[in-house]
Amino acid sequence: MHAPGSQPKKRLLRLRLNGRWREDAVAERELLVDYLREVAHLTGVKSGCDGGECGACTVLIDGEAVPSCITLAVRCEGRHIETIESLATQGRLSRLQRAFHEKLGTQCGFCTPGMIMAAAALLRHNATPTESEIRVALSGNLCRCTGYVKIIESVQAAVEKPHDC
Amino acid sequence: MIADPMIDSRISRPGVPLIDGVEKVTGRARYTVDLDHADALVGRILRSPVGHGEIIRLDVSKARALDGVVAVATGDDCPFTYGVLPVAMNEYPMARERVRYCGEPIAAVAAIDAETADRAISLIELELRRLPAYYTSQEARAPGATLLHDNKLGNLEREVHHEFGNWQDGFATADLVREEKFSCAEVNHAQIEPHACLADYDPITARLTVQSVSQVGYYLHLMLARCLEMDSSRIRVVKPFVGGGFGARVEVLNFEIITALLARAAAGKVLMQLSREETFLTHRARPQSDMTLRIGMRRDGKITACSCEVVQRGGAYAGYGIVTILYAGALLQGLYDIPAIKYDGYRVYTNLPPCGAMRGHGSVDTRHAFECLLDRMARDLGLDPFAVRRANLLHAPTRTLNDLMVNSYGLAECLDRVERASGWRDRIGKLPAGKGLGMACSHYVSGAAKPIHWTGEPHAIVNVRLDFDGGITALTGAADIGQGSSTMVAISVAETLGVALDRIRVIAADSAVTPKDNGAYSSRITFMVGNAAIDAARKLKAILVDAAARKLEARPDDIEVVGEVFRIDSGQQASLPFAEVVKAALVDRGAITVSGTFTCPPESQGGRHKGGAVGSTMGFSYAAQVVEVSIDDATGVVSVDKVWAALDCGHAINPLAVEGQIQGSVWMGMGQAMCEETRYLDGLPGHASFLEYRMPTAAESPPIEVQIVESHDPFGPFGAKEASEGALAGFPPALVNAIANAIDIDIDELPVTPDRIMDALIQRRRQARLTSTLKVAS
Repeated sequence: MHAPGSQPKKRLLRLRLNGRWREDAVAERELLVDYLREVAHLTGVKSGCDGGECGACTVLIDGEAVPSCITLAVRCEGRHIETIESLATQGRLSRLQRAFHEKLGTQCGFCTPGMIMAAAALLRHNATPTESEIRVALSGNLCRCTGYVKIIESVQAAVEKPHDC
Repeated sequence: MIADPMIDSRISRPGVPLIDGVEKVTGRARYTVDLDHADALVGRILRSPVGHGEIIRLDVSKARALDGVVAVATGDDCPFTYGVLPVAMNEYPMARERVRYCGEPIAAVAAIDAETADRAISLIELELRRLPAYYTSQEARAPGATLLHDNKLGNLEREVHHEFGNWQDGFATADLVREEKFSCAEVNHAQIEPHACLADYDPITARLTVQSVSQVGYYLHLMLARCLEMDSSRIRVVKPFVGGGFGARVEVLNFEIITALLARAAAGKVLMQLSREETFLTHRARPQSDMTLRIGMRRDGKITACSCEVVQRGGAYAGYGIVTILYAGALLQGLYDIPAIKYDGYRVYTNLPPCGAMRGHGSVDTRHAFECLLDRMARDLGLDPFAVRRANLLHAPTRTLNDLMVNSYGLAECLDRVERASGWRDRIGKLPAGKGLGMACSHYVSGAAKPIHWTGEPHAIVNVRLDFDGGITALTGAADIGQGSSTMVAISVAETLGVALDRIRVIAADSAVTPKDNGAYSSRITFMVGNAAIDAARKLKAILVDAAARKLEARPDDIEVVGEVFRIDSGQQASLPFAEVVKAALVDRGAITVSGTFTCPPESQGGRHKGGAVGSTMGFSYAAQVVEVSIDDATGVVSVDKVWAALDCGHAINPLAVEGQIQGSVWMGMGQAMCEETRYLDGLPGHASFLEYRMPTAAESPPIEVQIVESHDPFGPFGAKEASEGALAGFPPALVNAIANAIDIDIDELPVTPDRIMDALIQRRRQARLTSTLKVAS
């Protein structure tokens, strides 16, 4: 819905989103977070700051945790983007989701999707992280509710159940 | 019901996850900006570029003429003030004639997209005549200062002078009297969800629906009706998922009314998403405070008197200011037995964003001063910090000097538990260089016993529905903002009825469906709404028991309810499953809705002195904590190695959530103590991002070991009191006391930054060199 004459230049973007390939016309300056939320309607991706400050928008790009609010959508051509919406499969929560739910790693829930995605990236690289490795991996994700205590415990609980998805 | 005080207070029940937790961990939870806004216009706000000024000219014609702009609003569109206290509504949604802080809304637009809205804002022509602006309490109070509000002389929003007991005698009979000054920086709630509001006005039916991040939907409803001059029956206020509050949203905020004004002007839907910077500018948090505190103490640690002066830099408008300055004095009481207290409070108008309520409202900075001074005096007298607290305990039930009820009091046990858990006795004074232990106590109200808006209605109402499907729905206006209040309601209903928790559904905070609730503030929900939920569930249970009795041809008194089975004679003769009982109950009356209520009685509503209702509550929570620190004397960096916190919440309805609340509040106290601070440069915010407003990250946050203490409050739901705020105020003084223990330096200002530690260390080294030089010279 742009006013006449203000149409931004668009480009066709092809990427794999939560396992499925798709194509969309996106403005060259469109941020990944806006593409995910407004075009793909994946509102589990949160925006908590004015750019790169809080980690609430964290998604995985080819398995790496990245703040989608400081990533241009067009930079994701041909890449695999994973959001919180991809984690629960076949009616089951992932082990991180279940742990965050059961151990109260979530209170208001606003940082939770980004926090879980950052933790998911950690566990893919390091199946048995130490407490300090978990703390460092999550240090770009701000939470204002928990003091991080139950977040750390949630990740540790997920580590103890490696056979769950 | 008075719980059995002989019950072992150690918690072994694990608690339950949040009933809305699955939505949160899957990303399905819809916050305000996640709601369907495909056809919504984008709202933007023009804000004042100066701290204080007169509006000479405001011309929105070019913005209005821009293609794609659907509505423009200014102060002319709303000549009505709003505010949270009926006696102090002195703020317009958009400035009229005068702006009083940098960032104050002046005009707003709704346009078809963000680019157009931004462009329209840039086309608004604004001419201001600067007025003298004051960014400190001292400047604003100086003789001859321009008044921010013409009726507030000396730029004082409120002065409080309270005296209880004979404080002159108290100081005269003390063995030690010490006075110190303390200063605490302004801090912000910094909830992770930025402010947002979605307003939808239908011109055909003349109805307005507002969905917002509010903790107080009812107050929002009232202010929308007032500012838009609408019949309140045509307004619906809905709270979607809310990403944290901590007080940021306990009063109606300017952007909420602005969004509604735009929606009406545009005859449609408007989404207002504030940036993080704007969210910081909206502020309403804990004010910068200066405390001058004097305590008199006997040699055995008993406090004989206390006097305290508090000056709060309140910002440009009233907000909750009167309550904050009253709390700062009132909550000197209720924690310890103090025979005489003098309090002088000054709430000052300044040209900064208005302050408001933040977790631990009004109590935190005064408590910080008090617990620091208590420790220093204990040191002077050679007393252990625990011993000096134990010398001043209250004994419940009692009333404080300012007439606050203390009905249950678990502070003694909190002290025992953290002393033991931290190994205090074996470790204090024996830690390696640079390490230290400190402790402090704190408390908070379980809801203000006297509501802000006095209507005579019950203080809390919960409706419970039961229909053919056998599902039980609890309807509450209480705003779940992540603290788990809906889960608390579900547990309270399920436990009272004896049914499975997953039979309960909670629908919260939608004015079209749920009964009015005053909101999520002053830690009122568990105590008040919990009691109302139990009341409603008891009424429903009576209906079910009656129905079962009729069906089983027995007397209601003979019906025994075990889980979801209703039976007589231990089931030997007959029993009915829940579904059968529901059918029987519906036969007579159809779908059932019962209403439960709770009201704090007049005797709980505080003293008769002016402002005496502030601080009144039916149940104080109590907390004690020990903080262990390590200090690097080369850099001044303080690390918190561990925290042991105990909190008396009366009874933990959901121990998992209670633990989470205690950890979160202790940690928020840590942020205030160590690094959080708003900074203004000529009134311009220098802190309005998460990079500048530094909060502890996961890497810097310590383990927080929680001890839940249950004192079984005689009036709380299942004996419960609050658990979300009481522990916060103990952290800053425990940290400062731990630093004193580690490096023998007393810090009087918060936050305790590495700079402040280094300054103090350098000062001491200089002093030491000077002393040794003088010695050599003599």
